[in-house]
This record gives sequence, structure tokens and C-alpha cells, in this order.
Amino acid sequence: MNHDFLLKIKLRSHPRLLCVLRGAVEPLMGVLGFSDEECRAIIRAVDEAVSNIMRHSYGGRLDRPIEISCRSLRRHSSGKVGRGVEILLFDHGPAVDTTKLPCRPLNELRCGGLGLHFIRGSMDKVEYKRTGKMNRLRLVKYARANKKSLNLAERLS
Amino acid sequence: MKISTRRDGKTTIFDISGDVDMSNSPELRKALLDEIRKAKTPRVVLNLTDVKYIDSSGVASLVEGLKASRDMKSRLVIFGLSPSAREVLQLSRLLKVFEVHDNEEQALAS
Repeated sequence: MNHDFLLKIKLRSHPRLLCVLRGAVEPLMGVLGFSDEECRAIIRAVDEAVSNIMRHSYGGRLDRPIEISCRSLRRHSSGKVGRGVEILLFDHGPAVDTTKLPCRPLNELRCGGLGLHFIRGSMDKVEYKRTGKMNRLRLVKYARANKKSLNLAERLS
Repeated sequence: MKISTRRDGKTTIFDISGDVDMSNSPELRKALLDEIRKAKTPRVVLNLTDVKYIDSSGVASLVEGLKASRDMKSRLVIFGLSPSAREVLQLSRLLKVFEVHDNEEQALAS
């Protein structure tokens, strides 16, 4: 078993379940030692990513599966160990043409197209990959210098 | 999300509470556009004090309201931004586009 594994959720593609997802992920990020601002950024990115899956990948269908998993990350930089989290989102929709993702210039006063800006502006890494018949979105966030940062995986092992 | 309405002269105040996300932002959009376009209210004030979270679809609803208010030569005023709501308006570079106040007193005095 991967001891860095923290949480796995499978939910239906129903928008009313977004609050349930936020409610599950937010306390976990707090336990991992992310600041309040970082927690809000992670929640925002996950919520927007799942909303995009519901709207674009599944075209508004309410009964399709979405899987979200979280694991803790460590990175070594300048002799210091940084803590972070990796969040993977899987859906069974058609392959995404990344050149056609809705993302508008921010200098226009228009509705829509903001979700991707929010995701990219909130996370350190955003990577899309097609794996078999599934779309995989990988989101990574590292905690800034934060003394209370914990490695939950180590504590649980 | 819950929306309740108060009237103060030529102003309508929407007290919004709860999270605004993809599941309920159409409701916010309709309430705003009805008030601005159908009721032709000269000033609509949004109290977001009790809104902890707002997503991109919620921001899009606010943008639609703002555009409608400009079309109708009326005003859309916001107060009580939570840290999360302020951050999404900053991320979308809309914080200075909207008329934002800290509290209701300032919003009504504007």
C-alpha cells in the first residue's frame, strides 16, 4: 500500500454533490498543515475541476462517475523538505482537446471561461493526461514555509 | 444558498447566504436579472457577508448582473466579501470592475 495515500472519493456527476466534496477535502488540507489561504486555493481548484468534468466531459449528465484521490507529497529543495498534496481526478468522458478548453482573456467583461483561470491560478501544477478510456487531471500544491506543516502519511505509518 | 430580499427606497438588497456554486448559481443569476431588467430597480445591493464560497459560475452570474445594470443605467453594488469571494474576484481581475464596499452602511451611502 502507498502510505502517502490519504483519501479517495467516488461521486456521481451531480452538481449538488459539489458541497459534499468541498466538505470532505477542506478539513484534510487543514490537517496537512496548509494555511487558510492555501486551503481555499485547493478547494477552489478541485471544485472548479469537478464542475468542468460535470459540465464539459459529461455534458450535464447527472449519473456518471468521478473519482478523486489525494496523497501527500514531499520535495527536496535547497536542503529543505517541502510538503504538498497531489490530487488526481478521473472521469470516463471523451478525450479532452486541450487546445479547445474554454479559457477567455481576463481583460474582457464576459461570462464564463473563468474556471481554468481559477484552477491554474490556485495550484502549482496542473496536468492533463488521457489514460486508457479515462481523463486524468493532476493537481499539485506545495505548502509555503509553514512550521505546522505535517506529513500525515508518516504519522499514520 | 438562500436569497432573501429587502427594499430600502429605490434600492433592493439581496441577502445571500451559503455557498454559490454550479448547482445554484442559475438561481442567483435569475434573481439578479429579474430585479435589474424586469423590476428596473435603480440600485441593487448584494450582501455577500454570509457567502463563504463562490465559484466561477457564481462570478459569471455577478458579471451578467453587472452588464445588465450597465445596460439599464442602474447600479449593482456589492458588500461583505469573504476572503474566498475576494480571491476569486482578484483572480478574475474583477475586483475593481465591481463597486465593492466593506459593509451595508457604506454600500447604501454610496
